[in-house]
Amino acid sequence: MGRYWQVLTLFWTTAIAAELEYRVNFLLAALSSLGGLAGSLFGLFLFYQNDYTFAGWSWEQALVVLGVFTLLQGFSSTFLAPNLNRIVRHIQQGTLDFVLLKPINSQFWLSTHTLSPWGFPDLVFGLIVIFYAGMRLGLHARDYLLSLVPILFGSLILYSLWFILGATSIWFVKIYNVTEVLRGLLEAGRFPMVAYPTAYRFFFTFVVPVAFLTTVPAEVILGRGEMGWTLGAGGLAIALLFASRAFWQFALRFYTSASS
Amino acid sequence: MTMNKSQVKGEKHVLSSILPAFQRNLRIAGTLLSVYYAYMVEYRAELLLWVLSGSLPIILMGLWVEAARSGQFGLTSVDFARYFLAAFIARQFTVVWVIWEFEREIVEGRLSFRLLQPLNPIWHHFASHAAERLARLPFAFGLIVLFFLLYPQAFWLPSPTTLALFMVVIILAFALRFLMQYTLAMFAFWIERASALEQFWFLFYLFLSGLVAPLEVFPPLVREIVLWTPFPYLIYFPASLLVGLPVNLGKSLLVIVIWTVLFFLAYRWLWRRGLRQYSGMGA
Repeated sequence: MGRYWQVLTLFWTTAIAAELEYRVNFLLAALSSLGGLAGSLFGLFLFYQNDYTFAGWSWEQALVVLGVFTLLQGFSSTFLAPNLNRIVRHIQQGTLDFVLLKPINSQFWLSTHTLSPWGFPDLVFGLIVIFYAGMRLGLHARDYLLSLVPILFGSLILYSLWFILGATSIWFVKIYNVTEVLRGLLEAGRFPMVAYPTAYRFFFTFVVPVAFLTTVPAEVILGRGEMGWTLGAGGLAIALLFASRAFWQFALRFYTSASS
Repeated sequence: MTMNKSQVKGEKHVLSSILPAFQRNLRIAGTLLSVYYAYMVEYRAELLLWVLSGSLPIILMGLWVEAARSGQFGLTSVDFARYFLAAFIARQFTVVWVIWEFEREIVEGRLSFRLLQPLNPIWHHFASHAAERLARLPFAFGLIVLFFLLYPQAFWLPSPTTLALFMVVIILAFALRFLMQYTLAMFAFWIERASALEQFWFLFYLFLSGLVAPLEVFPPLVREIVLWTPFPYLIYFPASLLVGLPVNLGKSLLVIVIWTVLFFLAYRWLWRRGLRQYSGMGA
């Protein structure tokens, strides 16, 4: 365990050192996430301008969902996208061999090898939106802390799904855009689940579990989370995490190495 | 007709030089299209996934259909369903990714080989995009049929004139979107990551093009301003035309043409300066 921790710090300090070479990019990323946030607020405002509200969600409460969504977006562009989108290239070019030869769990290496500070602005803006809405609503510190649990579950769910999809490239090499389909569907997390018709809600709860990523944590922040949903998120997160591990082991049996 | 001999000869001369040039261009266009079509069809699974990744209008359709049941937005649930289906279709026809390809060609120096050919490289990209549209058509059509099976109340058939007009407008919209991104791609001559510009530009496209909501529900002042930008003409205008929402046809076409010309001039200017800057890195 200690060794993994040491490796992790090494990975991330080198990644940050490398990315700091491109400071203008970082500025652009910050501008982009600010623009993205402004656009999301505008999109939400369009619903709320004529006295319409999502059933049971005031403007501020809907903002919390948007904040959690932005937070998760930051998480995925910092930790998930730079690593998991690279799996395909390792397989295509046969460099996965070198990863497999290392005396370390290959899933760990592939999932944590780098990190991109491009997602930091989203993390910050997400927190700002949540705390702004929280102040207007007078939320308790206890609820913020409690919400860390479902947010952690949500991140794990997202990671596992993404990793499983990335791992399918062992069979279908040119399939990297399957993660784009996932990303497209995740956009549904900008809004609370009640805003969707029943069929959509079913789909986004049981097929692509977007509900567990943003709506469930937001409910907990608002102090009206139901134990059942959080437990469900936890169960799903653990199950998917194990599934991703098992799937990777299974997929590796079919790896034939491209170049060597 | 009274024409003297030399005039006839002159016309023949002009014709004999234009016609082969025209035939030659036609042949080049045909070859490029068929080559890129064959290439695109090779990656059918990938293509299907690209079609599916454009699911944003479908997600927003759910939100607006639900919202229109109890809220006052000036459009009914069925209107919203049709609008977003049309937006989905318009998006399928106007997806462009040329900046990522162009950027890679510059960074890896592969543009050098393209420059050796007696053909402006823009045509390679244009043909590959156009061929991809054709290859994508069956998938998109399948999804439309699926949609009407799931939601038969929303079924409608646009009149032949509307359909013809839509085809013209969607081609114009695609040309505009392509030129827009190609102009930004020119910055790859000076900066390494021109695609970062596109990512920023894309935000405006995302929120102002009518992808997240028809312009009818925008506040009036915002709508007036947005209608002078190029963005709503990429999604909102073709989609509204297809479902029969009121649009100002003349003004819209004028705005499209103005922006297309502006982007074309900008592209030509940047292209000439960029070529002087180009160093053929890596090749």
